[in-house]
Amino acid sequence: MKILVGVKRVVDYNVKIRVKADNTGVETANVKFSMNPFDEIAVEEAVRLKEAGKVSEIIAVSLGIAQSQDTIRTALAMGADRGILVQTDVDLQPLAVAKLLKAIIDKEAPSLVLLGKQAIDDDSNQTGQMLAALLDWPQGTFASKITVTGDGIEVIREVDGGLETVALTLPALVTTDLRLNEPRYASLPNIMKAKKKQLDVITPADLGVDVTPRLTTLKVEEPPKRKAGIKVADVAELVNRLRNEAKVIP
Amino acid sequence: MSLLVIAEVNGGALKSATLNTVAAAQAIAQTTGTDIHILVADENAGSIAAAAQAIPGIAKVLVADSAAFAHGLAEPVAALVVSLAGGYSHILAPSTTFGKNILPRVAALLDVAQISDIVKVIAPDTFVRPIYAGNALATVQSADSVKVITVRGTGFDAVPADGGSAAVETVAIPALPTKSKFVSQQLAKSERPELTAAKIIISGGRGMGSGENFHLIETVADKLGAAVGASRAAVDSGFVSNDLQVGQTGKIVAPNLYVAVGISGAIQHLAGMSGSKVIVAINKDEEAPIFQVADYGLVGDLFQVLPQLSQELDKH
Ligand SMILES: Cc1cc2nc3c(=O)[nH]c(=O)nc-3n(C[C@H](O)[C@H](O)[C@H](O)COP(=O)(O)OP(=O)(O)OC[C@H]3O[C@@H](n4cnc5c(N)ncnc54)[C@H](O)[C@@H]3O)c2cc1C
Ligand SMILES: Nc1ncnc2c1ncn2[C@@H]1O[C@H](COP(=O)(O)O)[C@@H](O)[C@H]1O
Repeated sequence: MKILVGVKRVVDYNVKIRVKADNTGVETANVKFSMNPFDEIAVEEAVRLKEAGKVSEIIAVSLGIAQSQDTIRTALAMGADRGILVQTDVDLQPLAVAKLLKAIIDKEAPSLVLLGKQAIDDDSNQTGQMLAALLDWPQGTFASKITVTGDGIEVIREVDGGLETVALTLPALVTTDLRLNEPRYASLPNIMKAKKKQLDVITPADLGVDVTPRLTTLKVEEPPKRKAGIKVADVAELVNRLRNEAKVIP
Repeated sequence: MSLLVIAEVNGGALKSATLNTVAAAQAIAQTTGTDIHILVADENAGSIAAAAQAIPGIAKVLVADSAAFAHGLAEPVAALVVSLAGGYSHILAPSTTFGKNILPRVAALLDVAQISDIVKVIAPDTFVRPIYAGNALATVQSADSVKVITVRGTGFDAVPADGGSAAVETVAIPALPTKSKFVSQQLAKSERPELTAAKIIISGGRGMGSGENFHLIETVADKLGAAVGASRAAVDSGFVSNDLQVGQTGKIVAPNLYVAVGISGAIQHLAGMSGSKVIVAINKDEEAPIFQVADYGLVGDLFQVLPQLSQELDKH
């Protein structure tokens, strides 16, 4: 079977982001970008399924500005077979991403689509669910385990109360949670090999999708800052202050 | 046009996150002056419908009683919500794994954006939501005809659970998708309060060293009536189960008191707890970033501090 994975280029998770002085967004100049951590997990899972002989081809898709090619190359270096970039300078919102991915999926007909559960920049946690709805596919969100059974898959999902297992018919969509696997680092030879793999660049217009944003960001602000408080000398002082000063324990 | 709140009923009871979502709906309805309805979709929905009826300020409880909704699967619940969407200007659900699973599906089927995790209502079409692990707050305005919204519980104080007497209406159930099936669940059982509803939380990180050592935290938690939480590192290391993770990708909490023990204070962890009223950090490294957000910091070895804390709490 064929797998399609979504890989988004985001500000690296280690960067301490700063809000722009004019409140239009966050500072992205001279900031390190990486693949969204949940998408690394999606790529890793696809590669493991291929190594286990259950998958024939892995297509990595990114949507966004030209530099998103780097993100696709990373996926190719990890083991994806080919890449597709839907290039646009428009700020793509989850509904637009889902529609673009649907248009690609209609052509490529993968049996399984793996996305991250959430992009760590917009923290939306929507795209996978939206895409599954547009495709009329079943979804296994927040996955910590995927098992391929005869003609379907079983997904263990991380839910608020613990874990839940669902069975889905194929084709299906899965979004990854942190404990699904630990992504590998691409080796140097694989990074070199990835440069030669096929990477097609198309546009939203090629796919006939209207990507006009539905939400307008009016402003972006810093949250109220917490200040460091005091250091207490010992446990007795801590308990005394919690009881009598902060009054948060009986 | 009324507002529709999707009740979280997972587990056969009305989840408290529903009450925070109703509070957000009320903040919108204050301006629009319209009614709030609640949808209860479950198997044997009667007792939950009664609980929903008792929430003050609700005009109507819509009940969809079917085994297909028993486990809150996204596909059938989303199809049901879409079938009812016609009369509503806003559709809201809690920003829990239940709500996050369902609402984007609803939004896509209605061809509208979904607005995730709102913490504040500015106007009926304008909301504040955290981005970048809460390191920035975005004010967003929706141009769509229906606003499909998930609500972060810590942004809205829960409305009371009783005092109301809403009307109940049984709704027709549309044809439902059958491509997904519930197989089983492993729910963590605990006598302690739920993390998202607890007044006091004590969380352990990688510094705890092992799952057994978490009994040091549990002993203190039980003396305080507190919930137990954890960092991702503690969950990934297998010390405790995934439902205890606090952070950007775990639970978002805002108790009166949050005690972080052996947790360094990575931004992804802070994203889940920096809305707490009072933060205490216990860490042997005085440079640990957690101290930058702690109201009270105690530099020390947790293996000495936690037993002392337990003893000190006994003195009264
Ligand atoms: C996409 C993504 C999402 C993430 N989401 C989350 C999330 O939701 N929640 C989350 O928590 N993390 C999350 N993380 C992980 C996060 O970046 C950190 O790795 C994690 O929070 C670290 O956990 P920790 O503080 O327990 O461990 P460490 O950073 O290893 O800190 C352990 C601390 O314990 C102290 N310590 C050790 N021994 C003792 C002792 N005997 N006494 C006292 N102190 C001691 C040390 O000084 C140190 O400060 C995420 C990361 C990514 C990439
Ligand atoms: N621009 C994009 N390019 C590729 N994948 C994306 C993009 N936006 C979202 N995704 C996928 O959708 C997941 C969830 O994103 P979000 O709904 O924005 O939180 C991500 O982890 C990606 O797998």
